[in-house]
Amino acid sequence: MPCNCLISRRTMIRRLAAGATGGLILWLFPPGLASGLERTGGAKRPYYAYAVDVSRCIGCCACMRACRAENDVPEGRFRTWVERYRVSASGQVQVDAATKDDFVFQESPADNIVKAFFVPKLCNHCEKSVCSQVCPVGATYTTPEGVVLVDGKRCIGCGYCVQACPYGTRFIHPVTHTADKCTFCYHRITKGQPPACVLACPKGARIYGDLNDPTSRLSTLLKQRRFRVLKPEMGTHPKCYYLDLDIEVI
Amino acid sequence: MNYVFPNELHVTWTVMIVLYPYITGLVAGSFIVSSLYHVFGRKELHPISRFSLASAFVFLLFATLPLLVHLGRPERAFNIMITPHFTSAMAGFGYIYSTYLLLVVLEIWFAMRGDFLARAKERGIAPWICRAILLFNFEDTEATREADHRVTKFLAGLGIPLACLLHGYVGFLFGSIKANPWWSTPLMFVIFIFSAIVSGISVLIFHYFVVSRINGWKVDAACVRSLGKYLWGFMMVAVALEMLELLSIAYEQTEQTEVLAHLIRTKLFISYIVLQFGVFSLVPFFMLAITALFRLRERTAHLLIWLSATMLLAQVLLMRWNVVIGGQLLSKSLRGFTNYFPGIWEKEGLIMAAVIFTLPFGILYIFHSIVSLFPDAEKVPGR
Repeated sequence: MPCNCLISRRTMIRRLAAGATGGLILWLFPPGLASGLERTGGAKRPYYAYAVDVSRCIGCCACMRACRAENDVPEGRFRTWVERYRVSASGQVQVDAATKDDFVFQESPADNIVKAFFVPKLCNHCEKSVCSQVCPVGATYTTPEGVVLVDGKRCIGCGYCVQACPYGTRFIHPVTHTADKCTFCYHRITKGQPPACVLACPKGARIYGDLNDPTSRLSTLLKQRRFRVLKPEMGTHPKCYYLDLDIEVI
Repeated sequence: MNYVFPNELHVTWTVMIVLYPYITGLVAGSFIVSSLYHVFGRKELHPISRFSLASAFVFLLFATLPLLVHLGRPERAFNIMITPHFTSAMAGFGYIYSTYLLLVVLEIWFAMRGDFLARAKERGIAPWICRAILLFNFEDTEATREADHRVTKFLAGLGIPLACLLHGYVGFLFGSIKANPWWSTPLMFVIFIFSAIVSGISVLIFHYFVVSRINGWKVDAACVRSLGKYLWGFMMVAVALEMLELLSIAYEQTEQTEVLAHLIRTKLFISYIVLQFGVFSLVPFFMLAITALFRLRERTAHLLIWLSATMLLAQVLLMRWNVVIGGQLLSKSLRGFTNYFPGIWEKEGLIMAAVIFTLPFGILYIFHSIVSLFPDAEKVPGR
């Protein structure tokens, strides 16, 4: 077919390629993209962590009710929960959680129980949080105070963080359709108030504090007591420390 | 034993996330078949060389649709490219997908330019679309045809590693989740690549036979026989890799072995052991072996190859289901399992999945109405 065009095909392709390359450069390196997304702060800030004294928990679940009231947690999802472990003489382990009926543990048949205890669970605010790593848009981030948070205005609700969290503490909020989890009650702790669950615990089983302050109760407890973290093999360096935790707990 | 962390009662990744790697796999597999012709000179695949490239294109167009349906905030989908967080494997998706889409579009443009030019001379809407596709530049000389051929070959070659990257990357998304013992294996991305090729060849065989039957065309025996042999080879590698993964889990006897064995024996017994391995792997394996090793009547061989392709399409879908859903049935408490079955009419339900899966075939039909995808078959009347 003879060409009756204004420009030759070769020229057209060259111009298209040049335009596309220019567009790509502008797209990848947009002018004026501020580096103001930095979230790291200055020194001398508190570095918050959490401890659970398992031997003190009585399974009243006041923490769950307080968390729900404080943070408007939706029905059927949990920022924190309490697990009940019952070990029989034969070594059988029964685990359940009071997730219904106003968070009251129901009586259930259990034979020959030789050991029973309660374990509160919550986001571990890991130092190397895998949820932050896998978030494709950087909606999950760690504050300078060591608190792992979700930016609900940035989250796309893909659920990758929910899959990646080894502790099952994340969920997709059924109303906002974004990822949600425990925030250590960031809105409270930054005003010097304790998280709602810590405040509600009648036995002082939940402890939060500043690891940068060697005189804080948390720092003192971690120096004096034996503790362990959940799933250390994941390499996430959790900052939720469990005092007197039984080997049965995963 | 059956304790599931309370937030795990809701399965986060639904049937949409089963469909996403499935469609992506069809893309990668179809593209590799087209490259077998364009790059490796498998001339017997000429009858479906355009069809395979067009199939890769239409499946690629719809690969992101299940993701958009699944996303909690789909209006922010482009944030994955605007504000990417590169420590995440998922952040690469937009770039890999866009690059691959661009490559496939360019390859189609160069490979089919002659057909667009021929159609552009006619009158009507389709020829006008062809003229627009050609960007209203109709230069057609020996030199441009030679250049088109060279560029097509280059793009087809470049597309092979990209196809492997696209689908291997999807496997890596799952394989890199260390919190999930059912997913966390370096073999995952290799398994995904090979199963993608299997599903791609299968969908081409399946569709080629269906289209030929509807239109009364004679299928090209050499082309089908060759596809059958490729399918046999690739399915053997794919299934062997899947079994190797199972063997590793059983042999390593880590603390997760017990719970994974329980998962396979109970929740996934039907879909994984009976259907994926028992029925939809073994039966096609033997049927394809018979067609490859023995001289059968053409009609019998074609029937066996078509049946095998259809079954392997189901096998790969089952594999995606068993990976995506199976991994979420297992609680991270390692003490129990949850349940999942998709709803029929809900946003992420079975009807929506069926619609999304059907759409590419509709677009392929429109594509074919603009430029013939089976020029060889249309020249030979009768079956």
